[in-house]
Amino acid sequence: MADAKPRIKVPTEAKAGDVITIKTLLSHKMESGQRKNDKGEVIPRQIINSFVAKFNGEEFFSTVIEPAVSANPYIEFSFKAEASGDFEFTWTDDDGTVTTGKSALKVG
Amino acid sequence: MPFEIKLTRRHALGLAFSAGTLAVTGFQAIAQEAKVTAEDDIKKFTGGKEVAEGGVTLELPEIAENGNTVPLKVSVESPMTADAYVKRVLIVADGNPNPAVATFKFSAKSGVAEASTRIRLAKTQNVIAVAELSDGSFKSAKKQVKVTIGGCGG
Repeated sequence: MADAKPRIKVPTEAKAGDVITIKTLLSHKMESGQRKNDKGEVIPRQIINSFVAKFNGEEFFSTVIEPAVSANPYIEFSFKAEASGDFEFTWTDDDGTVTTGKSALKVG
Repeated sequence: MPFEIKLTRRHALGLAFSAGTLAVTGFQAIAQEAKVTAEDDIKKFTGGKEVAEGGVTLELPEIAENGNTVPLKVSVESPMTADAYVKRVLIVADGNPNPAVATFKFSAKSGVAEASTRIRLAKTQNVIAVAELSDGSFKSAKKQVKVTIGGCGG
């Protein structure tokens, strides 16, 4: 799905030691592979199967996603701020498409 | 020739029986192969190790009117330091066609072992969270959700 757009809600500033909350959402139909069309044929599965969150290139949180995750997959998680740097979030589609989102964090 | 008729009938009956048995066993074999249970997923996740109850909080609505999008939050008690943290949390729903829902992977940098998402539930069932801690132990929590409209479509 080329029209997949990520929405990321993450603070841009934090104090050292703060645990911040990160909210992410990607627009995606998450076709489960369980549904049938009008002709009774199974609609093939097409989902976002993986989400990875990195800070300065290092993975700190990820999710293996199954078809039981709702359409427009929403994932909320935490991060302990220690130093300034850059977040990178990636979503992987069953068809191999990778969607990326970025955000900078300033720790003062 | 009554004798001959009897034989034919018995023969036919026997044939019907064996065909029926064959069909039933064949069907069961297919059904077993296709159906992965929540227990299977948990066993695969824990490697068969013992799972203790407690230390895991699963937040879900008691009644979900729409099974297409049910909010879920899981949190695990842990200091989340480099020496003691939660590695992974498996979420399964035991009444869905495929019980696996998601696996969250944490690190000490997560700060707290908490994650939220929105899930699909086909019918009223139990949702189970199993956490793997860095010391190799496993903890779990279970919660039943009553679903008014199932979330699997077609």
